[in-house]
Amino acid sequence: MRTHFFSFLIFSFGLILIFRLFSLQIVSEEYNDLSLKNSVLKQHIYPERGYVFDRHGNLLVSNQPMYDLMVVPANVKTFDTLDLCNILRLDSEDLKKRLLKARKYSIRAPSVLLGQISKQDYAVLQEKMWKFPGLYIKRKSVRAYQTDVAANVLGYISEVNYFDLENDAYYQKGELIGKQGIEKTYENELRGFKGVHYLQRDKFNRIIGPYKDGALDTLPTPSQDITLTIDIALQEYGTQLLANKRGGIIAIEPSTGEILMSVSTPSYAPEILVGRERSANFNELKQDTLNRLLFDRSLQGQYAPGSPFKVLNALVALEEGVIQPNTKFTCYSGHYYARNQFMACMCKPGTVNNLNRGIHNSCNTYFSNVYRRIIDNDNNPQENLNTWNKHLKSFGLGDFLGYDHPVGQAGYVPSSNFYNLWYPNQRWRGSTIVSNAIGQGEILMTPIQLANVAATIANRGFYYRPHFAKEIQNGSIDLRYKTKQYTSISKEHFNPVVEGMANVVKKGTARIAAIPGFEVCGKTGTIENFTKINGVRTQLTDHSMFIAFAPKDDPKIALAVIVENGYWGGRWAAPIASLVIEKYLKGEVKRKWLERRMMKGSLVDEYAKVTSNKPFTINE
Amino acid sequence: MNKIARFDWYSMLLFLALVSVGLLNIYSAAYNVDNVGLANTIVQKQFISLLIGGGFIFILQFIDVKFFERYASIIYVISLASLAGLWLFGSKISGAQSWYAIGGFSLQPSEFAKVAAALAVAKHLGSFNTKIQRSKDYLVAFILIGIPAVLVLLQPDPGTALILLSLFLVLHAEGLPNFFILVLLSASLLFVLTLLIGVSWVYVLITLSLIMYLTSQKKRKRKTLFFKAFLIALISIGFTYSVSYIFEEVFEQRHRDRFNILLGKEVDSQGIGYNINQSQIAIGSGRFSGKGYLQGTQTKGGFVPEQQTDYIFTTIGEEWGFMGTITIITLFILLMLRILHVAYKQKSTFSRVFCLGFVCTLFIHVTVNIGMVVGLIPTIGIPLPFISYGGSSLLAFCLFLGIYLRMEYQRTL
Repeated sequence: MRTHFFSFLIFSFGLILIFRLFSLQIVSEEYNDLSLKNSVLKQHIYPERGYVFDRHGNLLVSNQPMYDLMVVPANVKTFDTLDLCNILRLDSEDLKKRLLKARKYSIRAPSVLLGQISKQDYAVLQEKMWKFPGLYIKRKSVRAYQTDVAANVLGYISEVNYFDLENDAYYQKGELIGKQGIEKTYENELRGFKGVHYLQRDKFNRIIGPYKDGALDTLPTPSQDITLTIDIALQEYGTQLLANKRGGIIAIEPSTGEILMSVSTPSYAPEILVGRERSANFNELKQDTLNRLLFDRSLQGQYAPGSPFKVLNALVALEEGVIQPNTKFTCYSGHYYARNQFMACMCKPGTVNNLNRGIHNSCNTYFSNVYRRIIDNDNNPQENLNTWNKHLKSFGLGDFLGYDHPVGQAGYVPSSNFYNLWYPNQRWRGSTIVSNAIGQGEILMTPIQLANVAATIANRGFYYRPHFAKEIQNGSIDLRYKTKQYTSISKEHFNPVVEGMANVVKKGTARIAAIPGFEVCGKTGTIENFTKINGVRTQLTDHSMFIAFAPKDDPKIALAVIVENGYWGGRWAAPIASLVIEKYLKGEVKRKWLERRMMKGSLVDEYAKVTSNKPFTINE
Repeated sequence: MNKIARFDWYSMLLFLALVSVGLLNIYSAAYNVDNVGLANTIVQKQFISLLIGGGFIFILQFIDVKFFERYASIIYVISLASLAGLWLFGSKISGAQSWYAIGGFSLQPSEFAKVAAALAVAKHLGSFNTKIQRSKDYLVAFILIGIPAVLVLLQPDPGTALILLSLFLVLHAEGLPNFFILVLLSASLLFVLTLLIGVSWVYVLITLSLIMYLTSQKKRKRKTLFFKAFLIALISIGFTYSVSYIFEEVFEQRHRDRFNILLGKEVDSQGIGYNINQSQIAIGSGRFSGKGYLQGTQTKGGFVPEQQTDYIFTTIGEEWGFMGTITIITLFILLMLRILHVAYKQKSTFSRVFCLGFVCTLFIHVTVNIGMVVGLIPTIGIPLPFISYGGSSLLAFCLFLGIYLRMEYQRTL
């Protein structure tokens, strides 16, 4: 008898089994991953994206259903493929390929046969769905626009790309993200927070119920609606006024910093970036390098400010005490600021200007003298230029202003170091850089900075950071938009400048901007500008610029208008600004003749000169 | 000692623990969203079988062991007849004609043949003039084991045939000459080698070992040894050839696949390797403490085939984790050691051999079943004792247990 035979077998095989189970269940990680992969499905529940309203509560952006045609290959029976192809405008080969692809993915799990079917196709398809066993329609939500304008403000959403996935762990492939404009800035508010639903799958990839009875599931956090500071009627009106012209209008409510309108033309209708044609349309927008439809001229366009900049020089000079409001300079239709260097002016020879007249006649001679006094004071241009720079920066120049829109440019205000690089041994003084006096030198400003300067002058010395969001549902807008930003210019120095700007409209360069019943303050600008054509620096027709605010004593609106190559300030920008102000303050425009002239006026021929490949004349 | 205290409560408790685990896990494995009632029906059926089995155990406690010894031959013959009768009255379920359909129930006589064969072998070895070392006696024992095994193999049900053949181990424990276990081991070695490296290489190996063996011997001894060694080599070659022949010609593709996957010759997790891959995923994903009762994703998703029957261990592995699987194995080891301990305390050879037969059957069932689901042994369809769903298997093991309990009870009388 072998009495230990069975004990030996039982112990040895028992050990082998336990060892094997140990390696299978404790040591190896692989099986757990495999199990989760083939039996648990993580499904996200997306809250509906938040709505966007204008300042008066008009709905601008909502959502609309879009339809995906889904297929469960196992349930498909023979059907009339031609019928389906006709409805969806597919060819039958394509359909066959799509069906095969779905079958390859899974025979019992649904996959998308055709995505993003429009409402119209859906209506036709729905009536015939009974003919197509195994197919069904899944609804999803995309953006719907109730306006044709403000694409530059609203921005757009798109599927996340590689970088979004890298930057933010929240997103997963195929999800949507705000890519531009308000959609981007307020992505978190508009998006809400997705919930997760874990589902249990069976061996056929079918969903058989919640995983762990939903213990790991999370509920989505609803999105928030956003009310913009934009007045959509004004935005539409501005867009109409700028028709067939390249330019921008940006208007701010001085008492709050709220941006009432931000127009950039040419632009596009926001709804073209929704639906099946999206990528084709987007490429078209991106490839138009002449009209630059995706370029926001109000926020990103950097221009030499031109004559409106004179009022800033006046303010700095008053603050530094180098002039008084009654300081006078004589203009001889210009002046020599250095040997053989003459700067022309529109004044009649022998005109004697004080500050007020200097502003409303836009006298170059007057402001050259003012500027040289600022810079050459105490024979210390180094320090004086930096002081000047500091004052300008307090207006938000050379800065992004901190508004809630993802695009923008800082502009530029030179400091002493800048000129020390250009002119060795610090051999420069006021007359060297006198172009800055009239806003033509090295200074660059964006329209929103100009509008902000207008608002600051309207407020006599402070501004609120301009912003696009008025209200956020269940939230509040950032505190920094509620804080006054004071300039380094004392309040009393603003009044002489404001008087000068009022006279610009009353008897100066922008008489066309006068509105009966309101006192409008403004300043025109005519800006020399250059481009390169086939490598040759070529001067183009001047830009037309205007900054304004009204009414003078209780300002409700401050704005900047630029019309590229519009020749001079009073020709396009001033009338457009005045019409916008009239529309905003009165609700309707009486001067229909002016309105018509602006809306009908086109600069298309002017823009065509650059690409015509022929010699052309400017300022005609 | 009173009657109640003499009863082997220890084994009884282990039995109750195992069947309870069985009922719980059958419910979980059969739980299906498409048919919620199915799990209840299946558990009810199993519970009824358990009640009947319990009844058997109870009744058996009042039957003297001598009754079994006396009527072992008759039980054996009836069992053989029931196996043979399958040719005429059996119904086919999944390719094997091994069932009698009676009303709503179906009976599998091969399960009961295990008990009958154990009784017959016990009676044969227990008769006073039998000596297992004698060729006449061990040949009779081989025949007693062989007849039901062949009948079962013809159904075809190779799994149960393997269980019956495992009674050979009892003969070894009882003192069968070493020659046989050596033959068994070398046959297994040749078998695996043939499948792994192919017939020709095995021939080469046999020839090489023959030459090496002879050259290592002294010259004058060579002549006498030559014929013996040559004969062994010839038999080995013949065996190798028949293994290869059976494997290629007699086996069906599905049988071949099972071996090939196990030997690592083929990797295909979606096709033929699906079962074993899925059962390993289920067990492996249970980790240390399992996913919780009725929470097994693989089990609920129906990824593992035959889960309430042969693959019931995967449910335990997934939902109870390593703690669960090690507990079940421990329960089985404790039960087997207990029976073994009791077996060697028996006064009569009949009782001892029967108990050893019980241990042996349990051992092969547990090892082969768990070995199969964890991927150590090729797919052989046999249930996990007391736990797998299936009335016949449960009843057969209840009979084994009942007789065993009576033997232990009677020993202390």
